[in-house]
Amino acid sequence: MNLRAIQAIYLSEMARTGRTIMQSVVSPVISTVLYFVVFGAAIGSRISEINGVSYGAFIVPGLIMMSLMTQSLSNAAYGIYFPRFTGTIYELLSAPMSFFEFTIAFVGAAATKAILIGVIIFITASFFVDLQIQHPFWMIAFFVLTAVSFSLFGFIIGIWAENFEQLQFVPLLIVTPLSFLGGSFYSISMLPELWQKVTYLNPVVYLISGFRWSFYGQADVGVAISLGMTLLFLFVSLGIIHWIFRTGYKLKA
Amino acid sequence: MAPIISVKSLDKFYDSGFQALKNLSLEIEEGEVFALLGPNGAGKTTLISTLCSLAKPTSGEIRIGGFDIQDDYREARRLVGLVPQEIPTAPFEKVYDTVSLSRGLFGLPKNPDLIETILRELSLWDKKDNAMMALSGGMKRRVLVAKALAHEPRVLFLDEPTAGVDVELRRDMWRIVGSLRDRGVTIILTTHYIGEAEEMADRVGVINNGQIILVEEKKALMAKLGRKKLVVELSEPLEALPDALKHYDLLLADEGQQIIYYYDQAKDSDIPNLLRDVSAAGIQFRDLNTSQSSLEDIFVDLVKAEA
Ligand SMILES: Nc1ncnc2c1ncn2[C@@H]1O[C@H](COP(=O)(O)OP(=O)(O)O)[C@@H](O)[C@H]1O
Ligand SMILES: [Mg+2]
Repeated sequence: MNLRAIQAIYLSEMARTGRTIMQSVVSPVISTVLYFVVFGAAIGSRISEINGVSYGAFIVPGLIMMSLMTQSLSNAAYGIYFPRFTGTIYELLSAPMSFFEFTIAFVGAAATKAILIGVIIFITASFFVDLQIQHPFWMIAFFVLTAVSFSLFGFIIGIWAENFEQLQFVPLLIVTPLSFLGGSFYSISMLPELWQKVTYLNPVVYLISGFRWSFYGQADVGVAISLGMTLLFLFVSLGIIHWIFRTGYKLKA
Repeated sequence: MAPIISVKSLDKFYDSGFQALKNLSLEIEEGEVFALLGPNGAGKTTLISTLCSLAKPTSGEIRIGGFDIQDDYREARRLVGLVPQEIPTAPFEKVYDTVSLSRGLFGLPKNPDLIETILRELSLWDKKDNAMMALSGGMKRRVLVAKALAHEPRVLFLDEPTAGVDVELRRDMWRIVGSLRDRGVTIILTTHYIGEAEEMADRVGVINNGQIILVEEKKALMAKLGRKKLVVELSEPLEALPDALKHYDLLLADEGQQIIYYYDQAKDSDIPNLLRDVSAAGIQFRDLNTSQSSLEDIFVDLVKAEA
């Protein structure tokens, strides 16, 4: 293992985050507060409780998941796209590193940053509503697994993207709608039956459901299925990355 | 001694279908300075990129330090430093950080003393806290050299290190090449400034259309292919060469002011006869000079012969 290389890339990526700390941290906090004001106060006054959980508390796991997913995705995508864009990737490709080390470094840094933001949102939310965590181990597990899976996915997008538009396309036009429609703000059981069926095609449903279960002990789908889907997503992404490095897709001429 | 770099039957097709390297074989000895000469588009950068794992070889075998660059990529890549032709830099990174990063990427422990020495040698020390985007093009290139040196390579590739750089950097670059060579580092460089290859290189390879058309000790090359040129400066311009001189292979140049005669220094020249015949033809001359043809002339001749 070239541990020093992993460390070098990881620290350099974290330093990049540090340079943009204000926009990295302040903007997710502000948008979370806005979600609370709009959804919690406006809608929450009409939907007082879902299965015994106050509406404000109910949306917290979904909100955290949403930020976690979009942050992981865009951090990782940007992290690897940028050296491709500037050309500095030449040095990474010529360095004595395996694909695995390369991935750990970039994905680890992206996931770390997303997790930090998730924690900040969690703390912000705790000022507004009463949070309880029934299954702390599983909460952390879903939290970390989601951050890692979406960072892997973002890494793939960063290698695939040919320009900044494509780079933003997936997070903005796919993940945000899927997480809105994936039960961040409501329970799937509140939907008409047909829409419930359609909703189960949305992979994000499983992540949010599992995460919410770790808080309040209630879920739209079984926890085992949620965990299975998260792991599946993770391994598929890893497989694709392995293929990318083996073939040099978009990395090597 | 086994060569430090060995390339056997290397073919490289780009995705476009274009074949940039054709059955190329080459061996580089440890410790030598090897100059790769070739016109634009000859495949110099492609060859270096392939050796440094930036481009995939289509077929063939490449070994660096005896290690196959695919099967033993770690060991092979550890030996190699690269200063690319383009100067890609991360705009927000600081000089010191980006140079230290290179050392880490190659798995080496931190060594602030070495980094300081390298930065000072390249006149970058007072810029160490500057962001890359605040540097001029020449300074950026210096940083790329520092990055390559930071991981103490045994083989250093310099792809057109002096193309478009100022005089000072060019001088620094050659000083560094000289001191690396003294330390036994193998250097492979490409350049358009043939005069520099002539000065610095131990061996010269000429590449054209993706093929190495010649590899030779520089001295042997100059001796073998080196023609000499005699210029006879005339007192009065000539309209045409008189018939009496037709059997010499002469050129009339500078609007009839000069007669130019190429000859092979290895063989006995015809100069005494030529000069006698020139006088006999009633042509007055006021000066003579001879010059050795340079690598540049040799190179132009070779590439022309290929085309
Ligand atoms: N990525 C690429 N795809 C297709 N053709 C390429 C690519 N890169 C270089 N070439 C072509 O390969 C040939 C060799 O290029 P290069 O190695 O850069 O030459 P040099 O460095 O000797 O000037 C050129 O004809 C160039 O157009
Ligand atoms: Mg080139």
